[in-house]
Amino acid sequence: MSSFIEVQDVEMVFSTRKGRFHALREIDLKVERGEFVTLIGHSGCGKSTLLNLIAGLTRPTSGVLICDEREIASPGPERAVVFQNHSLLPWLTCFENVHLAVERVFAANEDREQLRERTQAALELVNMGHAAAKRPHEISGGMKQRVGIARALAMEPKVLLLDEPFGALDALTRARLQDELLKIVARSGSTTVMVTHDVDEAVLLSDRIVMMTNGPAATIGEILRVDLARPRDRVGLVEDSHYTHFRKAVLDFLYTRHGHVESAAA
Amino acid sequence: MVSAVFHSSLDTRSAEAKAPRVSVAAARAPIVPAAEAAPHHPRYDWRGLALKVVPPLLGIALLIAIWGVLTRTSTTFPTPGATFTEAVKVFSDPFYRNGPNDQGIGWNILFSLYRVAIGFGLAAAVGIPLGFLIGRFEVIKHMTAPLISLLRPVSPLAWLPIGLLVFKAANPAAIWTIFICSIWPMIINTAVGVQRVPVDYLNVARVLNLSEWKVITRILFPAVLPYMLTGVRLSVGTAWLVIVAAEMLTGGVGIGFWVWDEWNNLNVKHILIAILVIGVVGLVLEWTLIAIAKRFSYDDA
Repeated sequence: MSSFIEVQDVEMVFSTRKGRFHALREIDLKVERGEFVTLIGHSGCGKSTLLNLIAGLTRPTSGVLICDEREIASPGPERAVVFQNHSLLPWLTCFENVHLAVERVFAANEDREQLRERTQAALELVNMGHAAAKRPHEISGGMKQRVGIARALAMEPKVLLLDEPFGALDALTRARLQDELLKIVARSGSTTVMVTHDVDEAVLLSDRIVMMTNGPAATIGEILRVDLARPRDRVGLVEDSHYTHFRKAVLDFLYTRHGHVESAAA
Repeated sequence: MVSAVFHSSLDTRSAEAKAPRVSVAAARAPIVPAAEAAPHHPRYDWRGLALKVVPPLLGIALLIAIWGVLTRTSTTFPTPGATFTEAVKVFSDPFYRNGPNDQGIGWNILFSLYRVAIGFGLAAAVGIPLGFLIGRFEVIKHMTAPLISLLRPVSPLAWLPIGLLVFKAANPAAIWTIFICSIWPMIINTAVGVQRVPVDYLNVARVLNLSEWKVITRILFPAVLPYMLTGVRLSVGTAWLVIVAAEMLTGGVGIGFWVWDEWNNLNVKHILIAILVIGVVGLVLEWTLIAIAKRFSYDDA
């Protein structure tokens, strides 16, 4: 039995105006069903590129990506993406933003009332039911990101892809949303791939942490399995010796062995 | 021979006419909000209000004062007082009809607005879809780019003979001139708007796998709308500029023709009134479209 998501020998070269840019090389990764994997690395290491490849938003220069035994040829609602900058449509209310996704996936089999219920339920799930009628510019950054997550979850995707979803938020909001995400993922059991540059976030959330070397021509440097028991409690974990061990392992990889050298990226 | 004389005098006249038109319109415009604002805000910050009201009034007063001083001894150029008296007379009966060449100022304005509406409406109907195509498809963009950059700077009146030739009538030729001159801002702004639709929104559409219809109605159209409305605003401004000049050449009923007719009658007071009216109508068109644009703009935050 093969894995749920398989990335086989993927290489990514962008042809830009300044010439060819070799972003990724020799990427091999398997993600099991229901697993939570984070991609971590310094900026410019191509972790978002890898996520976009899994989403199907870009196609690899060479190599194959497979999801649920099918090749990933284009984006689709079974692989929902939560974008870094929330990407809510500013002319639609929160409800309409989520409804757009719900409609696309379920309109064929369900009536209007059911679609509305689904939309409202998705907003309730991220505690945003009260803001259904508000437009994105009327709510805070953390709230927008929650609605973005609601939009992704409402599609009941097989895979949830998150591109630094909490990167733009303050530390307290980020912690609360991380806890909520943990609960939601535990409940829905969805397979999740998340890009982050936050070591604590990676260790707290992941089953495995994929650590990437610096670009250009970045690849997977090391994969760390985080076998901490779930549910995980952020306060309790602070003094947990396993937790500090994993944390140190990631920090060691990022700063000691692959310290970010600006000239390497330039 | 006649047309050559006609053209040269038109050019100098229109150049002269433009300068005072703009300054009168700009200076007079704030009268309306200022006069209304005072009774509406009885507990207003008086200092701020005074700063808003007094300088525009001073500007207008200064202009009228200079006008009055300069025309004190003139026999050809009317004084402000005489012009005002005449204006009261003109506006007391705006909708009279004494044959085709002598109609009230209301009719003249309405006829001009009607031509602008038709020409501009046709330009919007062609220009906006064309802008979408240019913005969406690289090939069409490269096909049309040289044509647009070549034709856009052409003076409005250069198009008029083509219209007369093709339509063999004055009225459609004037409308054609409006059409061709007001189409460019709408094409260009719509195309730019389509090209500037944030990639993130299009990515959302791709992840949701939305149908092409949904992409257009839910993402492209709302995202482009503010740009499009900017184009519409610029177009209406251009159309209103062009109609006066076009009507001077084509005749008929219209505010531009009225100016020319009164020039031939050497009725300078009416010309001054017409200049003010043209300015006010242009301003009202501009304000209306700004209000519409505000209604449809969204805060992207």
